[in-house]
Amino acid sequence: MKYTNTMTLIFPNKSVNEGFARVSVAAFVAQTDPTLQELSEIKTAVSEAVTNSIVHGYGDSEGLIHIKAQLINNRVRITVKDSGVGIPDIEKAQEPCYTTGGEERAGMGFTIMKSFSDSFKVRSKVGKGTTVIMEKEISGKRY
Amino acid sequence: MIEHRTLNDSMIITIHGEIDHHSASGLRKDIDFIVKKDNPKKLVLDFSDVSFCDSSGIAVVLGRYKLMSSIGGFLELTRLPPAIRKIFDMADIGRIIKIAD
Repeated sequence: MKYTNTMTLIFPNKSVNEGFARVSVAAFVAQTDPTLQELSEIKTAVSEAVTNSIVHGYGDSEGLIHIKAQLINNRVRITVKDSGVGIPDIEKAQEPCYTTGGEERAGMGFTIMKSFSDSFKVRSKVGKGTTVIMEKEISGKRY
Repeated sequence: MIEHRTLNDSMIITIHGEIDHHSASGLRKDIDFIVKKDNPKKLVLDFSDVSFCDSSGIAVVLGRYKLMSSIGGFLELTRLPPAIRKIFDMADIGRIIKIAD
């Protein structure tokens, strides 16, 4: 289906960019007249995806994170992509409370992303990177 | 940014602003410094002025639960905004940590 609007954001894996990423995506989605709750859920889901790329995808290496947001009527598709280490076992990674993070991590990222989106896909290849695609129906005005 | 005050045996820490992966390590350090200095019997984390929180906040809470348990104390969360309460419920935090209103 052809999108009505789109934007792409590319930034390095610095944790300070987590806030920038979620606010930017929220600002883009604002044109669909979302509720505060929908915006909050989108910001949280984006934050989880970006944090995963930073903490797990790249770790101590440097790399870029690509976010693409597309609007198709009142549905937003958000793609977060990294070219990091990839996920060896995607099923295991999505188990609540499972984490490979060395530091203090809750292992709730995927659970939260799934809960806050209407459709959720993750594609990953070890050594190549990970892409997360989330879609959410916004209850507001139609384009 | 945090503020703290003591009430009897309890240390009440009010967290201000956003809790994400970026701010989590600073938040941990600040809370742990106060707790280790004052050794309260109960630590209460007030979330009323937290404008954003993702699973990094859950990790901070779980870590502080471990800290309080290690000194024989308790952790309580209070005034969680609904959106934040929602993700803490997803992680079933209420099963091990008291969530007060």
